[in-house]
Formats: sequence, C-alpha cells, structure tokens
Amino acid sequence: MGRIADRMPKFLRRADPAVAVAFGCIVLLLLLGSLYSRNFLSPEYLLQQLKVASFLGVIATGMMLVILLGQIDLSVPWSVAMGAMMACAAAAYGPVGTALAIPFGILCGVLLGVVNGIGVAYLRIPSMIVTLATNAVAQGLMVVYTGGFSPQDSATAAMRYLATGFAVPGIPNAVILWAVIGAAAVFLLTRTGFGRAVYGIGNRERAAYLSGIDTRRVVMLAFAACGGLSAFGGVLLAGYASKAAQSMGDAYLLPSIAAVVLGGTSILGGRGSYLGTVAGVILITLLQSILSVMQIPEAGRQIIYGVVIVAMLLLYGRAPANR
Amino acid sequence: MKEWRYWLIEQRGTLMALAIFIVMFVIYTANHPAGFTANVVQTAANKGVLLAFVAMAQTLVVITAGIDLSVGMVFLLTNCLASWLVVGTPGETALGVVAVLVAGAVCGALNGAIVIYGRLQPIVATIATGAIFYGIALLLRPFPGGSVNEDLADALTGKLFGFLPLSLVALAAVVLVVWVPFSRSVYGRAAYAAGSSEMAAYMSGVPIRRGKFLAYVLSGVLAAMGGLFLTFFTYTGEAALASGNAYTLFSIAAVVLGGVSLFGGRGSAIGAIFGALAFRTIGDLLFVFDLDPLWQPLFQGVILLVAVSLGAFGLFRVRNRLEWFL
Amino acid sequence: MAETVPLLHMRGISKRYGGVSALERADLAVSAGSIHAILGENGAGKSTLIKVMAGVVAPDEGEIVLDGRAVRFASPAAANEAGIVCIFQELSLIPELSVADNIVISDPPRRFGLIDRAAQRRIAEEALARAGAGDIHPRALVKDLPLSRRQMVEIAKALARKPRILILDEATSALTAGDVAKVFAVLKRLRAEGLALLYISHRMNEIAELADECTVFRNGRNVATFKADARTDDEVIEMMIGREYSHVFPPRAERKIEDKRPALEVRNLSWTDRLHDISLALRPGEVVGLGGLDGQGQRELLLALFGVLRGLSGEILVDGEPVSIASPAAARSDRIGMALIPEDRKTEGLMLPMTVRENLSFAALDRVTKAGIVDRAAEQRLIDGMVELLAIKTAGLDIPVGALSGGNQQKVVIAKWLMRQPRIILLNDPTRGIDVGTKQEIYQLLRRLAAAGAAILFYSTDYDELIGCCDRVLVLYDGHVSRELIGDEITEHALIASALNIHGGDGTGEGARA
Repeated sequence: MGRIADRMPKFLRRADPAVAVAFGCIVLLLLLGSLYSRNFLSPEYLLQQLKVASFLGVIATGMMLVILLGQIDLSVPWSVAMGAMMACAAAAYGPVGTALAIPFGILCGVLLGVVNGIGVAYLRIPSMIVTLATNAVAQGLMVVYTGGFSPQDSATAAMRYLATGFAVPGIPNAVILWAVIGAAAVFLLTRTGFGRAVYGIGNRERAAYLSGIDTRRVVMLAFAACGGLSAFGGVLLAGYASKAAQSMGDAYLLPSIAAVVLGGTSILGGRGSYLGTVAGVILITLLQSILSVMQIPEAGRQIIYGVVIVAMLLLYGRAPANR
Repeated sequence: MKEWRYWLIEQRGTLMALAIFIVMFVIYTANHPAGFTANVVQTAANKGVLLAFVAMAQTLVVITAGIDLSVGMVFLLTNCLASWLVVGTPGETALGVVAVLVAGAVCGALNGAIVIYGRLQPIVATIATGAIFYGIALLLRPFPGGSVNEDLADALTGKLFGFLPLSLVALAAVVLVVWVPFSRSVYGRAAYAAGSSEMAAYMSGVPIRRGKFLAYVLSGVLAAMGGLFLTFFTYTGEAALASGNAYTLFSIAAVVLGGVSLFGGRGSAIGAIFGALAFRTIGDLLFVFDLDPLWQPLFQGVILLVAVSLGAFGLFRVRNRLEWFL
Repeated sequence: MAETVPLLHMRGISKRYGGVSALERADLAVSAGSIHAILGENGAGKSTLIKVMAGVVAPDEGEIVLDGRAVRFASPAAANEAGIVCIFQELSLIPELSVADNIVISDPPRRFGLIDRAAQRRIAEEALARAGAGDIHPRALVKDLPLSRRQMVEIAKALARKPRILILDEATSALTAGDVAKVFAVLKRLRAEGLALLYISHRMNEIAELADECTVFRNGRNVATFKADARTDDEVIEMMIGREYSHVFPPRAERKIEDKRPALEVRNLSWTDRLHDISLALRPGEVVGLGGLDGQGQRELLLALFGVLRGLSGEILVDGEPVSIASPAAARSDRIGMALIPEDRKTEGLMLPMTVRENLSFAALDRVTKAGIVDRAAEQRLIDGMVELLAIKTAGLDIPVGALSGGNQQKVVIAKWLMRQPRIILLNDPTRGIDVGTKQEIYQLLRRLAAAGAAILFYSTDYDELIGCCDRVLVLYDGHVSRELIGDEITEHALIASALNIHGGDGTGEGARA
C-alpha cells in the first residue's frame, strides 16, 4: 500500500478537499458570470481580474503566514495605508526620496509588524488585541501626518510601473509580482526549516518549543513579513491609483482573512497550503467582480459576501464534534 | 476575615477597571473648563453609555471564549431599524422598541447558531455576519435619515432630579435586569464554564450549548440597546461603516480594560462598563488639555497599546516557561 | 458485607474506534458495599468501559443492567441521575470558577430560578468535609489550587452528588502521601455505608490495601475476576500482559563506570517550592532512574535541567563545566547535548497532524538544513537510519504521525532526539500508555545507548522498570532526594518505602504515612 501511495503525484495524494472546493467554486462563479454577460469569460477581462486579485494576493500571503501560526493580524488596514502614504511621502523628497520610496514604504510596514511580533511573541498578548492596537496607532500616525486631509503626494513612476506596467507583453506586472512572491512563499513554507517551524508552531507551539525551536523569533519574523507584505500591497495600490487615500486598506482586511480561510488554511493554525490561498484570493476577487458587474448595490453585495463565506466555511471549515 | 480576600480575588478585574475610570474621570473633570457640573457629567455619560452597551454585548461573547467582530454592525443595524420603527404613538413606539430589541436578539442568535451548532470559529464567523448585518443596515438606510419619537428620546437622554443622567440609570437598569440574573443563572454559569474549559464543562454535564447560545442572544439584545440609544441621541439612522468598525474595536478595548479575559471564563460586564467609560474619558482628555484633536486617534491608539501591554507584566512572575504556551 | 446480587452488571459491551476494538464483549459485575479494583495495561479497555458506564460514550453493543433493569445513558448527566458518578483521570474542574461552584456544577441549588449561593456554600462545605478536605476554602478559585488539592475537590464534587456507585479512574495519581491516606479512609467509610466503589489503579500496594475484588482487563476483555488476595502479584501481571513475565529487561551493565567524570552534575538545585536542594551526578554509560510518587518534583527536575524553568538556584555542570541553560534550544546545543523525551507525547512531543518525516526531523532542523533550506537527501539518510534503529512501524513517512499506534508514536519522539546524538538523555515516563512489546524494545534501546556512552536519566512510575533498567535510582519525596538506591538495593520494598519517606534501619526519615 505504501508503494502505490509513493508513486501517486504528491499534490493529488495530499489533495485538500478545501482547495478542491475553492477551485470548484471559481469555476461555478465563472459560469454564473458568463450567463450574465458574454464579456465575463474574455481573456482581457480575466486578466484584469487577475491583476486586481494580485493586490489582494500579496496582502493575503502575509496574512496566511500569520494565520498558519495560529495568530491573526488585524493591523492590515492601516499597514496597507501607511505603506502607501509613506511611499508617496518619500517621493516628495527629491530624487533620493523617489528612488527609496518603495523600500521606505515597505520598511514602515515591517516596523509595524515587528511591534506586533514583539507584542505577540515576547509579551504574550493575544494577537487579536495587539494588532487592533497597532492598527489604531498606525491610523493615528497617518492622521497626524496628513493633517486629517487626503494625502496630497502622488505615487512615483516606479510604483505606477509596478502596478500597471507590462514588463512582459500581455501580462500585467502586478500579476508577475504576485507570482514571484507566491513562489517565494511556497518555497519558504515547503522547503525551508523556517517553514517547517511555522507549521510546527501553528500545530503545537509547546511541542515546537520543547524541540528546541526559537518559537518567539519565528513568530516575530512572520509578523514582520506580514507587515511588510501588507505595506507592499499598499504601495502597489497607490501605484494603481496614482496616489494614496485615507482608509484605503479597510477594504482588504475581511477579504484577506476570508481568502486565506476559504483556501483551506485552518484559522487555528498548523494546516494549509498556498495553493488554497491563491484559490481563495481569486474566488473572492471574482465574487466581488460579479457582484459589481450585476450592479448589485453595496448593501446586497455585503450581504451576499457574508452569506457566501459562512456557507463555504460550513462546508469544510467546521471543528469536529465532541462525542 | 478571609472572606473579603476571596471576594477581592474574584472581582479583581472589575475593581481595577473601576479604579482606572475614577482616576481618569477625576483628571477629566478637574481640568474641564466647566468643572464637575451636571452638564459635563451628562455629556460624558451619554457618550460613554453607547460604548458601555456595546462593551457589555462583547463581554457576553468573550466570556464564552469567543469574540464578536460583528457587534458594531448590530449596533448600526438596530440604529437604522429604530429610525424607522420607534416613531408614532406611544403604543407604536413601544412596539418599535420591542421590535428593535428582538432584531438584536435575532442577530445574536444567528451568530450563536453559526458558532455553536455550525462549529465555526467565532472570529471568522462574526467577520462574515458583520458584513451581512452591515448590508441590512445599508438596505434600511442607504442615506442617513429617519426620525425617532422625540419625547421618548429626550426623556431618556435627559437628567433625573436635575443631575443624574437618565442614560446611566438606563444602563444600571439593564445591568440589573439582564446581566445580574444571567450571570447568576445556570446558563450564565454554563457560559463561564464553557469559556474556561469546555471539555471539563462537558464532562460535568453543564448545558454548554444552551448557555453559550443564550450569551450570544443577550449580546445581540445589548448591542440593540446601544443602537436604540444612538437613535435617541442623534434622532437619525445612519449606516456609518467607520463608526461601526470603531465601536467594535473600542468594545474589545473596553472589555480588556474592564478585566475580562479574552481567553474566556473570567470577568464581568460591570467591569466592561467601567472599561468603556474609562476609555471614553481617556479619549476626551485631549479635549480637556486643549490638544489638537488631530492627535486624538493616535492618543487613543497608544493608550490602547499601553493598556494591553500592562497585562504582560504578569509574565515576569512566570517561573515555568511552558505556561507561555497553552 | 458484600451483597451477592450485583448492583450493576455490564454485559457484552463492545466499542470500536475506527478499526480498533477498545472493548470486545466485556463484562463486569459490581456489588454494593464493596471496593472492586480494575487492573490492566493502558489500552486494555478499562478507561473505555468506565466511560461507557459513566455515560460519556455510547457502546456499540451490549447492555447495562442497573438494579435488575436495563438502562441506557445518553450523557454523563443521565448516568449521574442513576447514581453513577465517576472521577476521571483528566480532571473535570472548571479552573476559573470557585471550589463551591465546581462542587455543585452539575446540579446547582436554585432559588427563584437563580443559583442559591448560600445553599451552594453549605453543600460544598459538607462535601469537602466528607472527603476529608475541610481545609480547602469554598471560595478559592480552582486554578489557584495545587494539583493535589484539586484532586481532593474532584472527590468532594463526586461525593456531593450522592452516588450509589463511585468510580475512581487513577484518582490518586497526583495526591501527596498524606492525602492518599485520608482518601483511603474516606473510601473505606463509603464502603461501609453501602456504596459500590470501582477503583482503577496501577499501584499494586493500593489495590492490596483497598480492594475486596479484582478484575483484570486485557485487549478489551475481562480476563479474570477474583477475590483480592487470591492471586500473587506475578500471576496478576501475567494476566495483564498475557505471557511469561520474566526476562522483560536486558541485563544491567558491568560496573566499570565509577571513575568517569560525570556527564551531568547537579548541586543544590532548588526551584520555588517544588525542588529543594537536589544534588546528583550522572556518568556516561549510566542509566539512572527517578522514582517516587507522582508529583514529588520529578517532572520539574527534568524541566529544570532542560532549560524550561526560571528562577533556579544551585549549579548545573556539564562535563565538569558550570553551564546556564536558558531554553531547550540551549539545552540541545552541541556544547551541552541534552535531549528530553517529554511526558505527554501528544501535546509536548509530536505535532499529530504533521507527517512522520516532519516530526522526525523537527528537533534536528539545524542539521538537515543548509543555509535554511532543507537538504532532502541528508534528511532522508538520517531518517532511514532512525526508522531502522528503532524499528518504527509506519505505513509511510508522509502520513500524519497521529495515525501511528501509541508505541510507535513514542518511538518517533525518541528517534527525533536520537537524530542529534545527544550525550545526556532525559526521559519523562517514556513507557506510559505503551504496549508491552514496545516497552521491551525501549528498554533494550536505553541499554544500548548507555553502552555507547550516553548518560540517561529517566523518571518512571513503574517500579519494575526502575528495578529492571536502572543502575541507580534516586527516589524523590516532596522535592528532595529521599534516598539513593544502588544496584541490588533497588527493590520494590525499598522503592515504596522511600517513596513514602519511610526509612527502615538507618533511623532517619519520618515515621509511617506522613
């Protein structure tokens, strides 16, 4: 029996029912959309969707890391906004500033993530609380910085190129960036000691600690990465819109968590594959897109959104029964 | 003589919250240009009571070791509903009030059903139901508007005997009628037991599911009280997303400040009320000290961060590092 | 005193979990006014039978006859109402609630629909007194009580429900010596009052003192039921393991290790109120045991050595050099070379949903990665070596380790640490809950490791293990070393005596039962 299992391709053997359901739903949504409008299945439209999905995809990658540890990062909204605003702000400081805008934006996110990491790993404060607090602090800082008005600085040319350019003809840069980041994430999670430690800690931090892993450092690094990726998502969004906006990150918190969870990653940690997160991101993006194409008002969109997430989780996200 | 010592240990969180609140309030009124007058107290009370109701709602869920990220949206939904229903003759108004509270209960029941019988994790489930509730609020009030029975509104937001804010009286009444009976009932104890150790509670034959469900339903009712009072203060219904999110966030802050453990099983809604009042007062300290209101969000955020970090100092007493890991 | 008509009769009870049969047509008869002991290896079905009796699980087959009538329990509450109360191994107390709250938790007294706290307090005080634990304050929070006090509260809670049948599933494992004596007195009094008591324990001496009748379980079946002193200990053990009992342990090493420098030395180690002034020396090639009743500091000592505890006073020396071990990461480093096989493999030793491969290499990630990236070939080599060395039976390396049997899971935990070739190996009750065959393999392994130069310190609750495996045994009592037994001095009598802090002959130590 062991032999046959060894000969089956790896991904089939470990096929996660959640990932399969997620991809199935994507197909379902595409069919549904095509019923409404022919254009829905056109390559241009699908590529456009993929580009929009990339922004969420970058952010969801960081969120996945944190969720795999059994934690959560609720500071994503203002991490995104801060990354965007700080990158644009740096652009106002001459050529040096413009060149360093993107790294500076990401750095701000990383710093926020480090604060989160210290709170969770070293001070043992529940991640929900720490990240809510740092989110509020980040918001406060940005309000002070912008004086309460919309940010006036615009995005640098580099930012715009990353978000909207075409280094490879036909494929938006944002998609390539997501693919690169995704590949790095997959490599990190499946091929490195760090990745093993992440899964181990998410499964049973106590056992990981007793095995001699420096669990605190791993948790802190994961939060730092999440902060950096959120900020990078913000940088890209600013490039897409040519500037930053107040509360631009708010719309990404629920979708990033939903994308990760719908992709089969357990909210309790220790289980999940990046492929599932990719499926979840595309699924959420398509859902939002269909709802807007059907011109359903915001109210209806929110309701359908919530109902779909609950329904899908009831399908495969349930905890085992007691008896 | 040891009895009071045990009582102290039991009520530690609540007493701490009370202490923080008193300190903050004293600083506030001492530095307020108008000083400790009835009007100052009334304005402070009115603002604080809204958060207090939402914080109580959050407490009920948190003691079952859950979290409710939809509580701010229930608050909005019931506000919008009230702006439609709590109008007209006294009879119609009364029916309207009841309808709003029932709506809150239904929201709570939905959360409870999904978490308990659907066995989904509260954090994800309530993020999703929050979206549903917000959508319904938007359906009810795409634009701010509506009205409310102004006699009732003025009555409940005014002063009793010339100095006691009625909103506080209403809050106290709700505590007496809802919280105290619940916390002393078998179901209330079941909710605490489930939050502390669900396995042990099951083995002891405690009615876990009913206890938790009741906690969620009552949580919805309390959030609805908050929504009602918001309507009384503003005379309108508005599906303000930012406001709803803020109330959710602040309710968690209030709960933490109020000595309620996020891990479940410990804490009291009374502590959460003090936590909410303290949190509001802290936010208003800026105004009193004549600082630029621009700094208020940052100030509140830093206070929150410091408050939650304070709990971490218990860490230094930990002798067995394995206790860091559940 | 014992009646002839059984109060409770379990007939033909079967229970299967997945493909594994926990109980197979098991029988048990329990009479009023008697103490009935149940013995058997872990996995023999005792706990499952108790759970069926207490309404925690439903049987697949069979019937329960109470007072001559067939009954079915839908939940623990239903069983309680029928008068069956069980004190489980995993405590069923709610940590954040008070002692009084916990004692009445299944059926609190009510007034006007709300819980009557005054009545609750009265019931709690009565129950605590009846259990011999009158010194526990009813308003104390359970989480603030030490484990031995909690177990007394557990007993009081059971008594408050006025049981007709009381089941104790290893209920004395965490009690101090004094508490054990009190509990025994209470149990004997209850027997005189006409209760039927079922007592599950591994401790022969306790059973000898308490039981009227004994039943042995093996492989999910009732193997034999007999009057308490009708069989010798050896016969009982043979019934439990089903084969000849001797030759289970490999022969001990020759005594050539006297003059080597200790691999690990501890001087005057103290920690809070759990460890007092402990000194020991562990030489390469030695297998040293830690004995004593549960909860006397053995677990804390091993954790202290492994860098988990803070606030230690005293010295620890490795290879003669004083060291300061701040974490397991430091303990396992090449300089110190320690390994700890922890107490609970499911929550401290393994990540059950992760694969066998991932678990095996988890403590040696620094040795199978180059620049952070896993070197699959190196990992495979090391793992293959371990699987062979320990004869780990698994359907594949990429299945979840949770699918393996208990014995093989424990082998994975041990293999995980052997991948680092540690010089000092600490084990915390490594054979608890493991089948006899695997136990033997572990004993052989320990001997081989010692022969290859490792220094081994292991805590066991099994006297025969300590006698059979160890060159020396340090018996702990109340956090300090009560006695050191060397070679032939290690006998069951000596172990028990020093566990209870009774010293014969040399005039030191306390008198009987502290």
